[in-house]
Amino acid sequence: MRPLDRKLYRDLWHIRGQVAAIALVVACGVAAFVAMQSTYRSLIASQDSYYTEYRFADVFTHVKRAPESLKSRMMESPGVGVIETRVAADVILDVPGVEEPATGRLVSIPSDSAPVLNALHIEKGRYPELKDEVAVSGAFSRANNLNPGATLGAVINGRWQRLRIVGVALSPEFIYEIRGGDLFPDNRRFGVLWMNRDALGAAFNMEGAFNDLSVRLAPGGRETEVIERLDELLAPYGSLSAYGRADQASHFFLSNEIAELRVTGTFIPGVFLLVTAFLIHLVLSRLVNTEREQIGLLKAFGYSSREVGFHYLKLALVAVTGGILLGLGVGWYFGYQMTALYAEFFHFPVLRYETGWRILVWAVLISFGAASLGALGAVGRAVGLPPAEAMRPEPPARFRPGLVERAGFQRFLPVTLRMIVRNLERYPLKAALSALGMSLSVALLIVGFYFFDAINRVIEVQFGSVYREDALVAFNEPRSGRARFELERLPGVMNVETFRSVPVRLRFGSHMRRTGILGIEPDGELFRVVDKDFRVFRPPPEGLVLTTELAKSLGVTRGDELTVEVLEGERPVKQVMVVDTVDEMLGLSAYMDRRALNRLMREGETISGARLMVDERESARLYSLLKRTPSVSGVIIPGSTLQNFNDTISRTIGTSTTVIIVFACVIALGVIYNGARIALSERGRELASLRVLGFTQREVGVMLLGEQAVLTFVSVPLGYCIGLLLILLITRAVDTELIRLPLVVSGKTFALAFLIVVAAAAFSALLVGWRLRRLDLIAVLKTRE
Amino acid sequence: MSAQVQSKKEPEAVFEARKVSKVYRMGEVEVRALDAVDVNLYEGELVVLLGASGSGKSTLLNILGGLDVPTSGEVHYRDHNLTAADDAELTRFRRDHVGFVFQFYNLIPSLTAFENVELVTDIAADPMRVDEALDLVGLTERMNHFPSQLSGGEQQRVAIARAIAKRPEVLLCDEPTGALDYKTGKLVLEVIEKVNRELGTTTAVITHNAAIAGMADRVVRMQSGRIVDVHRNLRKASPAELEW
Repeated sequence: MRPLDRKLYRDLWHIRGQVAAIALVVACGVAAFVAMQSTYRSLIASQDSYYTEYRFADVFTHVKRAPESLKSRMMESPGVGVIETRVAADVILDVPGVEEPATGRLVSIPSDSAPVLNALHIEKGRYPELKDEVAVSGAFSRANNLNPGATLGAVINGRWQRLRIVGVALSPEFIYEIRGGDLFPDNRRFGVLWMNRDALGAAFNMEGAFNDLSVRLAPGGRETEVIERLDELLAPYGSLSAYGRADQASHFFLSNEIAELRVTGTFIPGVFLLVTAFLIHLVLSRLVNTEREQIGLLKAFGYSSREVGFHYLKLALVAVTGGILLGLGVGWYFGYQMTALYAEFFHFPVLRYETGWRILVWAVLISFGAASLGALGAVGRAVGLPPAEAMRPEPPARFRPGLVERAGFQRFLPVTLRMIVRNLERYPLKAALSALGMSLSVALLIVGFYFFDAINRVIEVQFGSVYREDALVAFNEPRSGRARFELERLPGVMNVETFRSVPVRLRFGSHMRRTGILGIEPDGELFRVVDKDFRVFRPPPEGLVLTTELAKSLGVTRGDELTVEVLEGERPVKQVMVVDTVDEMLGLSAYMDRRALNRLMREGETISGARLMVDERESARLYSLLKRTPSVSGVIIPGSTLQNFNDTISRTIGTSTTVIIVFACVIALGVIYNGARIALSERGRELASLRVLGFTQREVGVMLLGEQAVLTFVSVPLGYCIGLLLILLITRAVDTELIRLPLVVSGKTFALAFLIVVAAAAFSALLVGWRLRRLDLIAVLKTRE
Repeated sequence: MSAQVQSKKEPEAVFEARKVSKVYRMGEVEVRALDAVDVNLYEGELVVLLGASGSGKSTLLNILGGLDVPTSGEVHYRDHNLTAADDAELTRFRRDHVGFVFQFYNLIPSLTAFENVELVTDIAADPMRVDEALDLVGLTERMNHFPSQLSGGEQQRVAIARAIAKRPEVLLCDEPTGALDYKTGKLVLEVIEKVNRELGTTTAVITHNAAIAGMADRVVRMQSGRIVDVHRNLRKASPAELEW
């Protein structure tokens, strides 16, 4: 080994504590990068190949009933490549072991061939052939332990029927298996059932007809054009307006998740690499200062400036190498675990975890890049030092009257604080960067915990203030208002509130949105329109209440009149005034007084379903009755949905919280430990003098660590601000039509972030305090700087 | 050879060191820095400890000042047994009784001259006023300057002001002129002599410069960890008269 390299390793060993702290920061960055990017790649690749191999459709639409003969006319439309017509319907399921009625989405598959679009991946068993045979979706099968050979009950077009499971299947249409309109999957109470087209057609009187359509675009075909054309052709058949993949529930959730992963997979490693660069800068600058004489000596012996500069650059790179290796390993493993976790929510035939060598190479490159960036200043100084000057000791620390003195404040500060303030003032950039580094750790905690705050708020509002019913019953056809009395007579029903829901197109100027109008009882208590701040909105006797998001997308404000095109029944078109907007967190909704909606529909008292308050003691009887009620197409139990969601979340919450806390602590530790350690080496002499003058270890400790303490306390509010800013950006980015994350950060989040960072800082202080105790008073005083 | 340094006429002893040895372990080599030294320091006197580098004079001073503990032997400061004291007690002792002056001044760079002195008066029981201490060393004019704005001699005078501001009973100076030029060095010695004379502070000055011995009441000469000679100056020279 060359002597210069030997010096390098000994230098590293000498500052091993600091190198270890930096290595941890690098490791976190690399691990986050590898894990998230690999998971991202794996998801994208799996999604791509699944969509291609199983021919996932591009455009979807639903109609009431259209003749099969229409297919050839649709095929002639420009841009249309492949068309598959289907029969699909939501039915009530009686699942063994589930007390509440479940919802099944029945989807037909061709009788004589495999589906042309949205092909099935048969996990177990086979395709359904006979009249009572079905293949069930994977997650539903696993959640309820339903395997080929099992049976379940279903009310199909009014008739209770026993269905035999012959297969378990996956489809690119249901990678995220979720009931339309739901936010979280409930695999126990929602499943997809594929059935033979002939059998399903017969059951729903759809022989020679279809009510569901999937389209694959022709190469170069334009989605908007095809949607327009399909809507035109299908309007007479009760079309609910076509939509593209972006509005397809499963695709929407999966794409959102992937997009989010991409952002966090760039942002989090970025934070760590910035901190790495800063720490390398801090440590290497100090090293070059203490080694001035050695640098001079090396140059005097004939080493070139380039060799000396490269020596220190190499030191920086070697210092991060251990961290990179650790990060690659941990990242690979975390990515594997993350992908496995995703596989529980997103159902692919194969979700193969792939860490491409590209990702690993990039991880190494960007880490070395960050280290080199950090080393730049110090290496430059080493290169620029003229040998003669380098041989002279470092000039004494220069202090001049600063801001505090000029303002005349110093008289009010105790001497200790004056020293701290001046030391900070002396290197304002270093102080600012240290505080910024720490504040990133605070911000990371704030953002991490914010997600729980946001989800809690959504749940609080939705399940605490909006949905207050015990069960929602949806009819398969609009029914007379008198149906209410039938419901009231059911066992255990204590209160009934009816609703009418109608699919519509809303138009204002050039803007158009496809949505539904929900007609509710204005003084209802089981369902209320509530905004994100818990304000309750009662729909007035006339006019529409829109969610802010919907109003924004239509460009309407309160008092505007918009055109309502109903997509059901006689399909009336009317002008309706927007009387209010409400800032809801979920979906794009429009509300009306139910009677006003009935008038708009030119119908009498008509309802689409009702919300029930149920006596818990009677609920089992009620549910078993509902499971066999022909007119009911769906029952939703908000309590079970919430329970199911909480179960899912509680499993993932612990892991993500731990990761966030570890990440934040590593940054705090890296910054504080290195800062204090360097301060100790720079000011060892000064601190020893103070000990000699009769200051106790504790008093000297305060003077040394006070600087770090001040930085910590400055960094907390700064971190809060950065955190809030990031949250603002995130809420903007996640501001989808499905969900708008509320901008709420709980006091607990602020307090936790503060406590964790202070604890990490205190731990670093402890490590340095141990060093301080071993300070050799005499040796320090004897040596000249 | 060690010398017994006591006579009937001497005032009360402030320090009494008996059979004090100090052994450093430098890797595998043992270095005997002090070898069974007996010495007393008496109230109000100015002692010069004279010796070449490595003679053990700094080690002795550090042990007397409570910065270091002997390997064997006993050191008493009045009724305190310094050899039995722990770190906290030694800190207390330094804080209450000892003023230190070092070759390299060791001022706190982030504090002005005034504040460097104030640092000590803040924790002392009965300190003098800061301006009084600075006046004593003739630095009232420059009290708001930071160390980096002061010359070496000025810095050393601040260090002396800082050492005496708490009215210590002993002032221990380790090569106070070592880093200074001739003229400035004399100026600093004058200040030390003045403090000793006016405040009656027991003062020990370490030096390798034999000329400085002229200003002492007593001169203790050291060599290889032992005291080889103690003599009393019949006539104390003023620092201005010293030549080197």
